[in-house]
Amino acid sequence: MEYVLKNGIVFDPKNNIDGEQMDIFIKDNKIVDKISSKSKVLDVTGKLVMPGGVDLHSHIAGPKLSIGRLYRPEDIRKGIKPPSKNDISGFEAGFSLPTCPTIGYRYTKMGYTTVTEAAVPPLEAKHAHEEINSIPNLDIPTLTLFGNNWFMLKYVKENRIDDLTVFISKWLKLAKGYGIKIVNPCGSEAWGWGKNVDGLDDPEPHWGVTGREVIRALTQVNERLGLPHSVHVHTNDLGHPGNYETTLETFDCIKDIKKNPNVDRNQIMHCTHVQFHAYKGTSWRDVSSGASELIDYINKNNHLTCDIGQITFDETTTMTADAPMEYDLFRLTGLKWANKDIEVETASGLIPSIYSSHAPVSVLQWAVGLEFFMGVKNPWKIVLTTDSPNGGPFIRYPKIISWLMSQEKLQYMLDNEVHNWATKRTNLGTYDREYSWNEIATITRASPAKILGLNDRGHLGIGAKADISVYDIDVNDFDCTLKSNSEILENKLLNSKYTIKDGEILVKDANIVKLVNSNHIWCNVSGLENEEKVLEKRIRPEFNKYYTIKYENYGVNDHYIKPDTMINVDYEGDQICE
Amino acid sequence: MIEKPITDYDEIVKNCSCSYCGNNCDDITYLLKNKKIVGVRHACRIGASKIINDQDQRLLNPMIRNDEGILEETTWDIALDKTARLLFESDRPIMYGWGETSVEAIKKGVKVAEVTGAVMDNQSTICHGSSIQAFQNVGHPVMTLGEVKNRADVIVYVGTNPMDDHPRHLSRYTTFPEGFFRRNGRKDRTIITIDPKYTNTAKVSDEWIQFNMNEDYLLFNALRMLLNGEVLDKDEIAGVPLSQLENLIEIMKNAEYGALFFGLGVSQTLGKQKNVDVLIQLVEDLNKYSKWSMLPMRGFFNVSGFNIALTSETGYPYGVDFSRGYPRFMVGETTTIDLLNRREPDFFMAISADPGVQFPGYSIQHLVNIPTIQVDTHWGPITELADIVLPSTRVGVETEGTAYRMDSIPLFMKKVIDKPENCHSDEWILTKLYEKIELLRQREDK
Repeated sequence: MEYVLKNGIVFDPKNNIDGEQMDIFIKDNKIVDKISSKSKVLDVTGKLVMPGGVDLHSHIAGPKLSIGRLYRPEDIRKGIKPPSKNDISGFEAGFSLPTCPTIGYRYTKMGYTTVTEAAVPPLEAKHAHEEINSIPNLDIPTLTLFGNNWFMLKYVKENRIDDLTVFISKWLKLAKGYGIKIVNPCGSEAWGWGKNVDGLDDPEPHWGVTGREVIRALTQVNERLGLPHSVHVHTNDLGHPGNYETTLETFDCIKDIKKNPNVDRNQIMHCTHVQFHAYKGTSWRDVSSGASELIDYINKNNHLTCDIGQITFDETTTMTADAPMEYDLFRLTGLKWANKDIEVETASGLIPSIYSSHAPVSVLQWAVGLEFFMGVKNPWKIVLTTDSPNGGPFIRYPKIISWLMSQEKLQYMLDNEVHNWATKRTNLGTYDREYSWNEIATITRASPAKILGLNDRGHLGIGAKADISVYDIDVNDFDCTLKSNSEILENKLLNSKYTIKDGEILVKDANIVKLVNSNHIWCNVSGLENEEKVLEKRIRPEFNKYYTIKYENYGVNDHYIKPDTMINVDYEGDQICE
Repeated sequence: MIEKPITDYDEIVKNCSCSYCGNNCDDITYLLKNKKIVGVRHACRIGASKIINDQDQRLLNPMIRNDEGILEETTWDIALDKTARLLFESDRPIMYGWGETSVEAIKKGVKVAEVTGAVMDNQSTICHGSSIQAFQNVGHPVMTLGEVKNRADVIVYVGTNPMDDHPRHLSRYTTFPEGFFRRNGRKDRTIITIDPKYTNTAKVSDEWIQFNMNEDYLLFNALRMLLNGEVLDKDEIAGVPLSQLENLIEIMKNAEYGALFFGLGVSQTLGKQKNVDVLIQLVEDLNKYSKWSMLPMRGFFNVSGFNIALTSETGYPYGVDFSRGYPRFMVGETTTIDLLNRREPDFFMAISADPGVQFPGYSIQHLVNIPTIQVDTHWGPITELADIVLPSTRVGVETEGTAYRMDSIPLFMKKVIDKPENCHSDEWILTKLYEKIELLRQREDK
């Protein structure tokens, strides 16, 4: 099929197109420079055109979601919507814990085409991929949890980087994973004994390994393998006042590691939801923002990127592999606590969270997130996320954009709507930045695609994947800086005029017109097959002893990942010693 | 009794998943001769006999009950057409069962339920549904079984008897095997059974705590009070001497890693979900001192999978009512037993389940008055009630598919032998049913 998107106002930061009125040509699933006369014209004169949205950190599939839905029917009830009469989508259910089809509907309508599932334990990777099969219309890479894996801990303890390299290469294949995720390294393992680690250099009680050692080793392995994405790190001490120091140390601890020359990304570490890691003080009574120091570091250094994990004022559900933190939250709030320890690999926890604009701590967290948006000068270093659903569900992205684009709206909130800790305990009040459409396109499209190492998307250059979103916003006649427009803006961004993925129109005039199966994106390292076989043979007896399922039944079978995009990575690192 | 080892076989298939209980043991070896299973290794007696002897009383052809009340063999087309029409024309259909089929089939079932406005429910409704209610009330601190194997030094079984019901639970997952931090297996662990009855599990435990039937809530609440430092002014609680409880709570408090398993003895006795509520709170409180988690002992090999698949698709774990076109879940309102007791349903389909065995008499009576369909592999009490019988295949033996273990670990179950010629998988049956209902819908639209 051939289309021409006519006369839209295009924002494509990667190709330096900043609000130009132009045509975009689509042939089959790619963007091309010319098409035949038989092409279909989509007239989008004056409307906002951007590449399809890319989310690099969201929780949309896997065991955490299942537990959440199972134990929070009240959240499901909040998002019930009967099947639409206008389009082909079915019913919706769930607010912070939407059902699989609902996730697909809502993201597509927002103009998003790629969404990363940020934490999958390999043991339950089948579950995540099975759920992805029920989510329509997205491209989904999954990040595999390694930060508390026993094999990894053993290799780090014994300083066997070669073995670790082969292990990661093999395990990504088994879990059909895209990249390395590290969550509270060593802390979640310590939670196996009801403990946590405090900071980067506190050794895990049994293994004697520290978070610093784990992050460094996995970063080395990541660069050696040349994976398209860098290590994706959720640093220690999440959500504890005073944690900004740990975060700073984490930023700095891998600075000397050399980036693989073959990768396109700039960073060697992506620190996720930094908002939760940027508090000063000793308790929730004297807590204040530690964002300034972190922003300063990010501005001065190029080896790391981050996403925000912005708080929106909602009743949501927090879920993370940082299980000890969730128990701390349970002790703090008394809300119903869920926990799931996963043998040999990780732990995870959930708890409902009520972020209120009247609650001092929520407001502080909200303001800290916005400080990052305002303070980090280069939008290519940050990405808009809510760590959905932890800070708020992903359907709040448009609301956040409306805050970022209107100083008037933000000032009004500071003056009238939120608790005064936002101004007293953070520096949010000192900024007067307003995001342009170009910057919005960067933090929601171009930057996450680049950070993920997915070069075929996040831009509209020739040869790019035809993932495009068009919004019913007349760019030149619509003033996003007006507070009175912020609700309209949010609504228009929630309901795209067109969402096109792989050259197919999925949404037209805010109605879903087509449902396609989601695509599983995973990384296959080639060149280490022999080493993998040797390693496999060596660890199989240990595996079968300490896991409760057989190694033979462990990997994700190929039929769970249909359709898929395998990203092949040729191993070009040093020789591996047997 | 000593049985001779089986030597007469020509093919070995290893690492199969057992399709009996919630343990889903995935280390089973099938011994085949001429493409028939003649032996099973590693499985428990129940699992093995289920896998081997399963041709006994097998349903082999679709059947429809004739005017004289006799089940008569028929073709798939006729049987499916009739089922589709009955389901399509009904106002309050129930699709119940699903414990012994694959997640793939369950997902097809959801589609059928959605277009027909049916209630989708499984065995949770009569088993651990009350536990799920408790999770929804209080919280859900669980683990995978390997955590117990590798770490646990104290294991408590409450109101459950795995030695008889989940025979390999202790030997493969919790008590006996060597764990990473428990090198001596059984010797490194303290096993406590809390049960009114002296069960086979109690026999292999270090301590058996007997308490009065139906006084679960009292007992757990007392334990929780003791844990939180309250003084109890009774010498005996729920029939247990106070000193024994004090001793128990000391053991629990000082565990390095404690695991608590509970069964229907807790969730279906007087107090039901309230018993589980307080048990969860006990575990939550214990985490102040030590590390504790818990797990319900799920029965069939894929009841847990049904809850998971249903939450993925509809948001709710069981008892999901599609009568309004979108899912609704309200225990007592949209759950099978309550619907049957109110005589609401006008169509009942049992898929891989036998309500004839499982349901209370008063509830079953209603099935005589409404069209009842059986989709299953074997003849059972429900066959005697069924108006239409659709013979299906065995997951993990004749059909492949996904199942979730009691601790929600997904397993892909293999197809090892061919199915009986005229049987079809649940997934196939539901897909056909869906297609036929879609046709009926289109015809009606015209």
